[in-house]
Amino acid sequence: MAGKPIEGEKRVFMTGNEVVAYGALAAEADIMYGYPITPQNEIMHYWTRMVPKYGKRFLQTEDELSAGFTTIGGVMAGKKAFTATAGPGNVLMQEPMSMAEAMRLPTVSIVQQRGGPSTATVIYSQQEVILTTMGGNGEGLRVVYSTATHQELFDYTIKAFNTAWKYRFPTFVLGDGYQAKMRESLTLYDPAGRGIELVPPQPLLGAPGVPGVDRPPAQYRNTYSMEEELAEVLAKNIADYEAVSGEISEWEESGTEGADLVIVAHGVVSRAAKLAARELRGEGIRIGYFRPVTLRPLPAARIRELAARAGSFLVVESSYGQFTRLLKEAAYGAAARMIPLFKPGVGVTAEEIVARARELLSWSMRGQSS
Amino acid sequence: MGKAVKIVLAGEGGQGVQSVAEIIAEAANEEGREVLYIPNFGVEQRGGVSVAFLQIGLEPIGSPKFEAGDIVVALSDRAIARTARYVGPKTVFVYDAGIEGADGCLPGNAGRVLAIPAIDVAKRELHPRVFNIVIMGAVIEATGVVPLAAAKAAIGKKLGYKFEKDPSLRELNFKAIDRGAELVAGRLQERGEP
Amino acid sequence: MVDEGAKLVNIQPVMPKCWRADTKPHRFCPGCGHGLVLKALGEAVDDLDIAGRVVFGADIGCSLLAWDLFNLDSVQTHHGRTVPVITGLKRANPDLIGICYMGDGGGYAIGAQHLVGSAARGEKITVILVNNTQYGMTGGQMAPTTMPGQKTETSPFGRDPATTGAPMQGPEMVASITGEGAYVARGTVFNVRQLKGFIKKALANQMAGRGYSFVEALSLCPTNWRTDAAATWNMVNEVMPRYFKVGELKVPGETGGR
Repeated sequence: MAGKPIEGEKRVFMTGNEVVAYGALAAEADIMYGYPITPQNEIMHYWTRMVPKYGKRFLQTEDELSAGFTTIGGVMAGKKAFTATAGPGNVLMQEPMSMAEAMRLPTVSIVQQRGGPSTATVIYSQQEVILTTMGGNGEGLRVVYSTATHQELFDYTIKAFNTAWKYRFPTFVLGDGYQAKMRESLTLYDPAGRGIELVPPQPLLGAPGVPGVDRPPAQYRNTYSMEEELAEVLAKNIADYEAVSGEISEWEESGTEGADLVIVAHGVVSRAAKLAARELRGEGIRIGYFRPVTLRPLPAARIRELAARAGSFLVVESSYGQFTRLLKEAAYGAAARMIPLFKPGVGVTAEEIVARARELLSWSMRGQSS
Repeated sequence: MGKAVKIVLAGEGGQGVQSVAEIIAEAANEEGREVLYIPNFGVEQRGGVSVAFLQIGLEPIGSPKFEAGDIVVALSDRAIARTARYVGPKTVFVYDAGIEGADGCLPGNAGRVLAIPAIDVAKRELHPRVFNIVIMGAVIEATGVVPLAAAKAAIGKKLGYKFEKDPSLRELNFKAIDRGAELVAGRLQERGEP
Repeated sequence: MVDEGAKLVNIQPVMPKCWRADTKPHRFCPGCGHGLVLKALGEAVDDLDIAGRVVFGADIGCSLLAWDLFNLDSVQTHHGRTVPVITGLKRANPDLIGICYMGDGGGYAIGAQHLVGSAARGEKITVILVNNTQYGMTGGQMAPTTMPGQKTETSPFGRDPATTGAPMQGPEMVASITGEGAYVARGTVFNVRQLKGFIKKALANQMAGRGYSFVEALSLCPTNWRTDAAATWNMVNEVMPRYFKVGELKVPGETGGR
């Protein structure tokens, strides 16, 4: 069997799905459970080829319900288990993820968004934001990283395992079909070489020792008899979540000081937003750029601050307002208008954002409302 | 700012469109450029037009797809129709001179339209199989995104195992790149920005 | 004197009457088995003269490409959910003839629970399941019917029955859980005439209101099998029958097995 999959650092040029497989390897993931659905299939293709070489495990399940529940079984056995899905598979995944949320299980799931609703396209969208952040019948006690580059797909796949096992909330890496299938360059690295410590997994079930003799039996449930019991459990989980939201949430921003208009985007669209803001600033226009990296927990405090100072947010997304809804909740009461640039299921270019921003700036200069 | 060069390559499945895009992408990446390459993909496994979107620049690329290409290359009649939406007033539209009925459906809004006899040159002078490499030479000459030598190195890397078995293949492919470049050289006043 | 050459050139392939001409050529890969199964189905519908009553349900996978293939009312559903959709339709309007068209992934993996439920309840529907031993549209992953040693994208070293089981015997399972009035068979695109006969009997079983009807069709996928013409036919006619027995498993009124 080979040694470490990545020794030192290595510059590579590959597709996003391959990057995810390497990220899971670098994080020392043990087992993947998955089911075919475009555009994430290649994660399984690469992982199954890595299995014999690195002593990993894989199971293709009968569907996504099973992929999610087997992942739950895997983490409860004390292994770094993960799954990946998209679109209609993500819809099914909410069933098991509700259980993971309720029981504070450290599952890791990679979601490569595709057109929705229903089967729609196998290609691309940002229409699984609400599903991935707030899906199921819970309160969204999950961590969701929205990546924009292959480097981030690698970095955050590794981080997802650490976040899941440290904080014990189901953790998601939210990509999309473009990221999954496109090729660009990045640096693969051994996390130890960069001082990243991997959080070790622990078994919740089947730990050594005889229950009732050497140790108490490990017994878990997600059902309660009375409303008050549930309230107590939820209150604790919510308190835990809020206590760590500050340290988990991440964002990126530039040029927001004194900017009346801030372009806000997440995921792959944020690349175009960043370029657009930079181009306009190059012309001396005061325009900001803000990008949450975590959609759950959202960096709400910073969003509120910016929304209090700026006149408008131009919110750009490949959905009909799913991301905007999250922003509005965080910014509630603050003065900034949320101006949409919605392209559900379709990519957005920097040129389009620049054009829209120019429109808005010229209107505001003429004193017109938009 | 030095915007990225936007390239669209389209043809029938089996014409080697994705291979060409991959090789150019690898070559540009080796040269230290920022590169983003994405193939089209949909539900059908076979039968649709194969399209490659390639962007090469000095700074991280803003989005995998774009509105108008700096150069759009179509290798079949269906590819001409399929790529019409990526043609704008600055686009250099290149198509294979052998496509039947091409004249009737060429985009009217392109900056320049160029017919090159890639299939014919490949058949008569080289080998029909390297026709996509001829196209590759043409694209590289037209855009200047990488030196021809870099493309040759990249193709050597990708097909090295085949070249070892049959060294004449190396010469054939290199010649195809050069011939493709020759077909375009001097026929374009403007080039895409590197 | 007849010019044989000219005569041959003028012959067009005959399409079933219930095929929709303006959506041809269809979107399946060259060499795909779906065209053969759907032709057999189309001819069966023509012979039985039921075009006005049929609702054709197509599952996700390559089967979805048939959504506009027929001049029949059709619905493309979610993966594995064609059976419940057609079940609901048939229960609401029993005069309709409900056909569920799916692949081995949609039928035996994600749709297995619905297959079991509907078969056990004896729904008066007809399921036609195309078995090409892998997931076609998503690029050739392992399926419940993948054969031992068969290489797929998620069994790159060959399917190991010790860890992933043996190829699923769908018609056998359906035959064992259905009641007396069910019709269950397995045909093959290698014998389209026989396959058409099975499909006709299956539809007739629904028309007579006797019970569930299920036909698996052994089929081809040279695209993901990566086989040439000869190897493709060898796969379906020599290799697959070693694991999947062709014939009728259950005929109403006939007791016993094959």
